[in-house]
Amino acid sequence: MADREGFADQAMELMPSLYSAALRMTRNRADAEDLVQETYLRAYRGFSGFQEGTNLKAWLYRILTNTYINSYRAKKRRPDETELDEVEDLYLYHRIGGLEAALAGRSAEDELLDRFTEAEVKEAIEELPDNFRMAVLLADVEGFSYKEIAEILDIPIGTVMSRLHRGRKALQKRLYEFAVDRNLTDPDPNDAHV
Amino acid sequence: MMLMSDCNDALHRLYQYLDGELTEDRRSVIQHHLDSCQPCAEPYDFEAELRMVIRRKCQEQVPESLLSKVRKALEAEA
Repeated sequence: MADREGFADQAMELMPSLYSAALRMTRNRADAEDLVQETYLRAYRGFSGFQEGTNLKAWLYRILTNTYINSYRAKKRRPDETELDEVEDLYLYHRIGGLEAALAGRSAEDELLDRFTEAEVKEAIEELPDNFRMAVLLADVEGFSYKEIAEILDIPIGTVMSRLHRGRKALQKRLYEFAVDRNLTDPDPNDAHV
Repeated sequence: MMLMSDCNDALHRLYQYLDGELTEDRRSVIQHHLDSCQPCAEPYDFEAELRMVIRRKCQEQVPESLLSKVRKALEAEA
């Protein structure tokens, strides 16, 4: 059992990551701010139910996620179970990973990936259907384990893994589209051998 | 000796490896394989780098107004 006195100290430090997740979920600043504020209020009110010594960040994310699902997702009426296209494994690597060898050295590839703008990366995540977006956010941006994600989203671990698998491939496909749109993949790997 | 099945296994477990979801034993078997198999190590490096790029580019600065709004709301609850 945790006392409320210590709540602010521990929880406020985690706000940057909660706010970033809230932005990816709601896709706009006003809703993200409301969502974060509501999450902190709910957490504060329920803090006596938090088990000291367990993962506070995961606990806060669970509240954030539930609040989002119950309040914001309903409001937006976005299709929940949008089907994702079938995408092959290692989609992006197979298309731009080859540039590493072609351009001699790892730095070429690192630079290439780094050329995606913040806006592109955020948009690629935000365009994922809710269920996939949450899993990818929690794993790839926040670094939660499968077990933690399963608890936060209240779904089986197998479902976490399959959403991650499909969500990541869809994310890569979108990033590749950005790369093509902006000619980031030039020189074409087929020409680079010449 | 490099076996095709080692490569298949390594690629199959790529995300579990990067996600830190493998047992220590399995992890070290794959690490050992990657040390000696460049074609498998390349996608691992690529995916690891992509993960870092995604993480880095999703950081947000919390608006000062939100911080103070939340602090005030919590104080009002106390």
